[in-house]
Amino acid sequence: MDSGTDYKVRLEVFEGPLDLLLHLVKKNELDIFNIPIAEITADYLNYIKLFRKLNLNFAGEFLVMASTLIHIKSRMLLPSIETVEEEELEDPRAALAARLMEYEKFKEAASILKEREAIQRDIYGRLPLIPQDEDYTIEATLFDLLDAFQKVVFRVEKEVREIIQEDIKVEDRIQEIMNLLENKRFINFETIFSGQRTKRLLIVTFLALLELIRLKMVFARQARPFGDIRIYKAKRELVA
Amino acid sequence: MEKEELKSIIECLLFFSDKPLSIEKLAEIMENDNFDQIKEAVEDLQKEYELRNSGLQVLNIAQGYQICTRGEFSSWVRKLYKAQTTFQLSLPALETLSIIAYKQPVTRGEIEKIRGVDTSYVLRTLLEKKLIRISGRKKLPGRPILYATSQDFLRYFGLKDLSEIPSLEEIKPPASG
Repeated sequence: MDSGTDYKVRLEVFEGPLDLLLHLVKKNELDIFNIPIAEITADYLNYIKLFRKLNLNFAGEFLVMASTLIHIKSRMLLPSIETVEEEELEDPRAALAARLMEYEKFKEAASILKEREAIQRDIYGRLPLIPQDEDYTIEATLFDLLDAFQKVVFRVEKEVREIIQEDIKVEDRIQEIMNLLENKRFINFETIFSGQRTKRLLIVTFLALLELIRLKMVFARQARPFGDIRIYKAKRELVA
Repeated sequence: MEKEELKSIIECLLFFSDKPLSIEKLAEIMENDNFDQIKEAVEDLQKEYELRNSGLQVLNIAQGYQICTRGEFSSWVRKLYKAQTTFQLSLPALETLSIIAYKQPVTRGEIEKIRGVDTSYVLRTLLEKKLIRISGRKKLPGRPILYATSQDFLRYFGLKDLSEIPSLEEIKPPASG
């Protein structure tokens, strides 16, 4: 049969070198405390070669582990000259075995969490009601704010080259942001920075915004993760 | 306050709230500092829901109580509420979360030592999802950030508190001596 090679390649995805090593130990039914290091090193390196062949990206950590394995192998091959030293008496595989044991435990713990996640996913609680008329219900995190701020800075950097010396205080900007919010329920994040042409002014404004959020005078919200951010004036919120 | 009335008020609050309410919170709202009485009423309510095979249940999660739907009926809820995305955490995220849950407060370096791989991206995602929080900085050179699990972690996994996850000693790796 020259055609019809219907291979189905199933590649297990390994989280990291320890995961791969653990897989090899399990697959070959090895005793974790008595790993035949030469065999497992060969096995491990074969996998690395396979990754290469398949053009898979793999983290540098996989190579670090390869060198660790080779190091252990060489230590086991060479007779230790100074047998007096206590350290030399220890099995060079012990540290690796301990790491594998620990990793295996957390892997199991992760699968326990996964089961709980599956159960919990089927249970629904009431969704937040306030603000009801808006989709913007997720509190923006500091990361979201920083990302949005970076965009603003990037835009301004491209636009302006002149240098203006200005003395601005955070308190003043706080007042101005509150003024912008007057008679409005919210403003867009970008609006706060519009018309501001120096980095200094942008930073002071951003600090003012952070301060307002800290003081719970405004809320930064978005409709979905990484979405646009709106700044809401704090109203009476549910106490919960 | 009559016991039945107390129970009804609690039911109303647990139904309305979009997050678990602690006994302390319930006590504060009802201006009743008899924690035992409130706890008893909540537990009575819990039993009542169970006994009459309600579609709802009084869950004890994240150090509080909340009225939620029962898992058996999830397919019906999904028919009504299609917008719900079936979000699921990745294996690296679960691994990292379990390490944080057991070792908290823990630094990124300590997590990476156990996992053997870079974890910065995963940590960022978990922070964004609010499943973990920054609990401080370790008194070490460089003052590395310490991570701990959040209230949302407990809610996400339906845990009353951290004692509900089995201890590390109890965890037995599958099928190995």
